[in-house]
Amino acid sequence: MTDYDVIVVGAGPGGSMAAKTCAEKGLDVLLIEKRQEIGVPVRCAEGVGRKEFEEFVEPDEKWIASEIENAELYSPSGHRVKLSADQAGNEVGYVLERKIFDRHLAMLAGRAGAEVLTKTSAVSMERENGSVRLGIRSMGEFQELTTKIVIGADGVESRVAKWAGIDTTLRLNEIESCVQYLMTDIDFDPTTTYFWVGRKYAPGGYIWLFPKGDNSANVGIGVMPSMADKPAKYYLDRFVRENFPDGEIVEVVIGGVPVKGAIDTAVADNVMLVGDAARHTDPITGGGIINAMKAGYKAGITASEAVEKGDYSESFLKRYDRRWMDDFGQTLIRNRKLQEKMLKLDDSTFDRLFKGIGDMPIGEMSVKRLALELFKKEPKLLWDLREFLL
Amino acid sequence: MKRLAVNRYKCGYCGACIAVCKFNANELVETYLEIYEDKCTLCMACVKTCPMNALEVVE
Ligand SMILES: Cc1cc2nc3c(=O)[nH]c(=O)nc-3n(C[C@H](O)[C@H](O)[C@H](O)COP(=O)(O)OP(=O)(O)OC[C@H]3O[C@@H](n4cnc5c(N)ncnc54)[C@H](O)[C@@H]3O)c2cc1C
Ligand code: SF4
Ligand code: SF4
Repeated sequence: MTDYDVIVVGAGPGGSMAAKTCAEKGLDVLLIEKRQEIGVPVRCAEGVGRKEFEEFVEPDEKWIASEIENAELYSPSGHRVKLSADQAGNEVGYVLERKIFDRHLAMLAGRAGAEVLTKTSAVSMERENGSVRLGIRSMGEFQELTTKIVIGADGVESRVAKWAGIDTTLRLNEIESCVQYLMTDIDFDPTTTYFWVGRKYAPGGYIWLFPKGDNSANVGIGVMPSMADKPAKYYLDRFVRENFPDGEIVEVVIGGVPVKGAIDTAVADNVMLVGDAARHTDPITGGGIINAMKAGYKAGITASEAVEKGDYSESFLKRYDRRWMDDFGQTLIRNRKLQEKMLKLDDSTFDRLFKGIGDMPIGEMSVKRLALELFKKEPKLLWDLREFLL
Repeated sequence: MKRLAVNRYKCGYCGACIAVCKFNANELVETYLEIYEDKCTLCMACVKTCPMNALEVVE
C-alpha cells in the first residue's frame, strides 16, 4: 500500500488540471505547491486563444481581464500589420488574471477530491519496489510519502525531470529570457494585443503589450540568450523609455520560457511530466497555458488507467507520450523548425514583409498563420519554407 | 577562487537559470536561489540567461 495513487508536484495550470482529472477518476491524489500562495508570483503575459481555452473551463469575469479582438504587429521600422476578427465583438482571445485563475483551477482540483498542500516542496525522489518515495518539505517540516505515480508539473525549473532521469536541460537557443512590466498610464486599445518583432527590439524574441482591462497592460519582452548580448531587462527598459516614457510600472514579472520544441519522451517509470516541465510551450509564441492544461488532463487519464491496471512502468505510461504527441506535439516540432527559419531573418526583411502585407482578417488568433502569410509574399523564403505550407 | 554569486536584490526567483544548468548546480527554494559550488563549473549558461542580470562570476 502506498500513501497515494498520485502525487502532483506543482500547482500551475498543468498540475491543477492533472490533479483534478485524477480526483474525478476516483484516485487518491495529493497536489503540492512550493509557493505559499498559488499563482503568485505570476510568470506570464496571460494571453490565451478563446476557442481552445473554453474547451477546458467556463470563462468567468473574475479572472478574465480583457477580451481581445485584434492584434497589431510592428516591424523594426514601424510598418504595421493588423489582424482583426471577422466581426467586431467576436473576441479571439482572452487576457487572464492568472493570480485568480491559477487559484481557481487548484480549487477545482480540491473540490473534485484532491488534497492540496501549499508552501510544500518536493525535495527528493527515489523509486522503491515499483513505487516512489517522495520527500517533501511542508511548511518547513520534512516528511516522506509513498506513491504509485508522480506527475511532475513543476514548471521551467523542474526537478522531477532530473530525478526521473529525463534530460530536459535547455540550451541557450532553447529558452526565451523574459521580463514584463504591468504598466499603467499608457495609451493602447483595450481589445488589441500588440507585438514588436525584429532584432532591434528583441534579439531572438519579441516585445508584447497585452491589455489588462482599460487602464493597464502587460508590456514584456523575450530574448534568446544565444542571440542577445545584453540581459532581457536592458532591451525592455530601452523600449519603455522610447515608447511609454510617462507610464508607471506597478508590477514586475520575470521568467524563462522553453522554446525547445517537443522532447523525445515525457515519461519514465512511475513518472509523467506536464506543461513547462515537459517543455510543452510553443516555440514561436511562447504560449504554454493551454498545452499545460491539455497535458495535465492527458496525464490524469493515463494515471487512472495505470492505477486500474496496476502498471506504472515506463512502457505503460508511454501512452501519455502518444496522447500529447498526437495532439499538440506535432505543432511543437513544426513551430520549432519554423522558428529556426524566422530567427535567420534580418530586420530589413521584416520591414519588407510587413510593408507588403498590410491588414488581414483572422478567425482564430494565430501567429503561425501570420508567419505563413508573411512568407507567401516573399517567394525566396517561400521555397525555404515549402514544407510548412503544404 | 572564482565562484558564481547571486545578487539577491536583482534576482526575481524565476527559475530560468535552473532550466539551463546541465550540472544540477542550482535550485530555487521558494524564492531563494541556491548555488551548489561543488557542482558549478562556471559554464556561464545561467549568467547569459538571467533576465535581470542577477548572476555574476566573482573572485
Ligand atoms: C514572461 C512570460 C510570459 C508568458 N506569457 C504567456 C502567455 O501570454 N500565454 C501563455 O499561454 N503562456 C505564457 N507563458 C507561459 C506560461 O506561463 C507557462 O507555459 C505556464 O504557466 C505553464 O504551466 P505549468 O503548469 O506547466 O507550470 P507553472 O505555471 O510554471 O507552474 C509550476 C508550479 O510548480 C511549482 N513548483 C516547482 N518546483 C516545485 C517543487 N519542487 N515542489 C512543489 N512545487 C514546485 C512552482 O512554484 C509553480 O507554481 C509565459 C511565460 C512567461 C515567463
Ligand atoms: S534567472 Fe536570474 S532572476 Fe531568475 S532565478 Fe535565476 S538568478 Fe534569479
Ligand atoms: S555557471 Fe553553469 S554550472 Fe554554474 S550554476 Fe550556472 S549554469 Fe550551472
